[in-house]
Amino acid sequence: MLLHDKKLKILEEKANEIRKDIIKMLEHAGSGHSAGPLGMADIFTALYFHVLHHNPKKPNWPERDRLVLSNGHICPVRYVTMAHAGYFPKKELMTLRQLGSRLQGHPERSMLPGLETSNGPLGQGLSQAVGMALAGRMDKKKYHVYCAMSDGEHQEGQTWEAVMAAGKYKLRNLTGILDRNNIQIDGYTEDVMPLESLADKYKAFGWHVLEIDGHNMRAFVDACEEAKTIYEKPTIIIAHTIPGRGVSYMENDYLWHGNPPNAEQARQALSELRTLGGKIESEHQ
Amino acid sequence: MFNKDLHLNPHLFDADVEQIPTRNGYGDGLLILGEKNKNVVVLTADLAESTRVLKFGEKYPERFIECGVAEQNMMSMASGLALSGKIPFVSSYAVFNPGRNWDQLRVSVCVNNANVKVVGAHAGISVGPDGMTHQALEDIAITRVLPRMIVVVPCDYEETKKATIALGELVGPTYFRFAREKTPVITTSETSFNIGQAEVLIKGKDVSIFASGPLLYQALVAAKMLKSKGISVEVINNHTIKPLDEKTLIASAKKTRAVVTVEEHQIMGGAGSAVAELLAQKYPVPVEMIGMPNSFGESGKPLELIAKYGMDTPAIIKAITRVLKRKA
Repeated sequence: MLLHDKKLKILEEKANEIRKDIIKMLEHAGSGHSAGPLGMADIFTALYFHVLHHNPKKPNWPERDRLVLSNGHICPVRYVTMAHAGYFPKKELMTLRQLGSRLQGHPERSMLPGLETSNGPLGQGLSQAVGMALAGRMDKKKYHVYCAMSDGEHQEGQTWEAVMAAGKYKLRNLTGILDRNNIQIDGYTEDVMPLESLADKYKAFGWHVLEIDGHNMRAFVDACEEAKTIYEKPTIIIAHTIPGRGVSYMENDYLWHGNPPNAEQARQALSELRTLGGKIESEHQ
Repeated sequence: MFNKDLHLNPHLFDADVEQIPTRNGYGDGLLILGEKNKNVVVLTADLAESTRVLKFGEKYPERFIECGVAEQNMMSMASGLALSGKIPFVSSYAVFNPGRNWDQLRVSVCVNNANVKVVGAHAGISVGPDGMTHQALEDIAITRVLPRMIVVVPCDYEETKKATIALGELVGPTYFRFAREKTPVITTSETSFNIGQAEVLIKGKDVSIFASGPLLYQALVAAKMLKSKGISVEVINNHTIKPLDEKTLIASAKKTRAVVTVEEHQIMGGAGSAVAELLAQKYPVPVEMIGMPNSFGESGKPLELIAKYGMDTPAIIKAITRVLKRKA
């Protein structure tokens, strides 16, 4: 479905709101990952508010598109986006990582309807997505399977086993979304264990490869549309993103991979997000 | 001497007792289950013939997934299939499955509570000439510690066939293992089989043997030999390692007050350990354990290896002698 200018504007504002709630919930939780969720806020907004066929009131609707989040640690962005989409009340976001909360530190499907899988240990999500796509094909279902992955988890051998299997089975109902933000816990991916050329590697395994600016929602939506027109191949969308996007002191700093902001840092982050980095004036303080 | 209600093989102690590999029971059971339930799908990692899933693949190619030599992907793919309504049987050698892909079993299957049937072929030391790398002697330990798992070790061809069907009809993660070589057929098609229900094959009063897997045959032979010496041995087929049939096992321990466990697995962490955990907490009695003594195996013929590592009938008889001495 085409993304008109008016809707694009709405989605961009929505993504900014989602970033603010990510900061608030992480500051409140006192632990959790900041950079990845902020970096993927545009893509998750586009997925839940434009791309996915889903129904927040019927999370188990059999015909729904599946979104597997393989790098479970960026779940704050999924939780916030799901709350904005109407899966559960926004006030529940402040329970993240607390005892008894449905918002576990890594996503747990049995606790929160709307999560397709429980993930955390890296490298397993794409395999699960391949299984779902195969099942969809066997049952002649129309649903599409999306799998969001980190770049770091492409150091796991299993990821490439799954890439190989998806290529073998020519899973046209599967689209991978690779968050190419170049950071991981110990540093920059190309220092820790180089991944390039990711595009050539996917091509070699028989995938259709698209590279986009992961903060350009129109480009992302167009890529998702193109993926559906490609017969006989799964598609990987390599989305180049800025980790910590929207918060100046977090952007591109791998030290923010696994840490939350403290109260003062959160105040500054929210101020930057309200003013879009000082581009507009905010009436709030 | 057998419990008549169980309709065991009447020729069990004949020299030419019928012998069939347990793995054949898996292949035959899958064909029956696949006919009954269209959601049954089978995955293998380049071991279709030897794990006996090839016939299923020929009959139902659309429900057969050849994963290549990639067991980790296979396990997580099965999770995705199960979360989409399929009943996947994940088939490879037990050393790889769940050996190589234990993290995927823990996270993709058990944490996700996915209805995946994990199948470990060529289990135990009896795989023989392939040697220590291929002899799975740790698989029960690493599966039974996982929450939500059900763990079954069938004793023969018939029981493996029944276990395949029964586990397929049960919802939730399961593991069962079987062996490569021909072993005596102990049960018949009329023998009852229920997951979680141990069967008393021979009633006795002096000592109990809780045997899991094909070594049940060696245990039965030991019981027969000791009967002539006036020792009354109770033999229980303890096919479900998790959940244990606490009622049957404790009742037997109360009666005989001496227990010997028998299995083709490391003594540490296996069925014997599960029994010891149960008895230590609920009804402590002396226990002796037959199994692999904290060692890897080596190449050799199956029965040679079973004898060398102390799992044959003479070893079981010695363990019974020891436990009877410890019995107060």
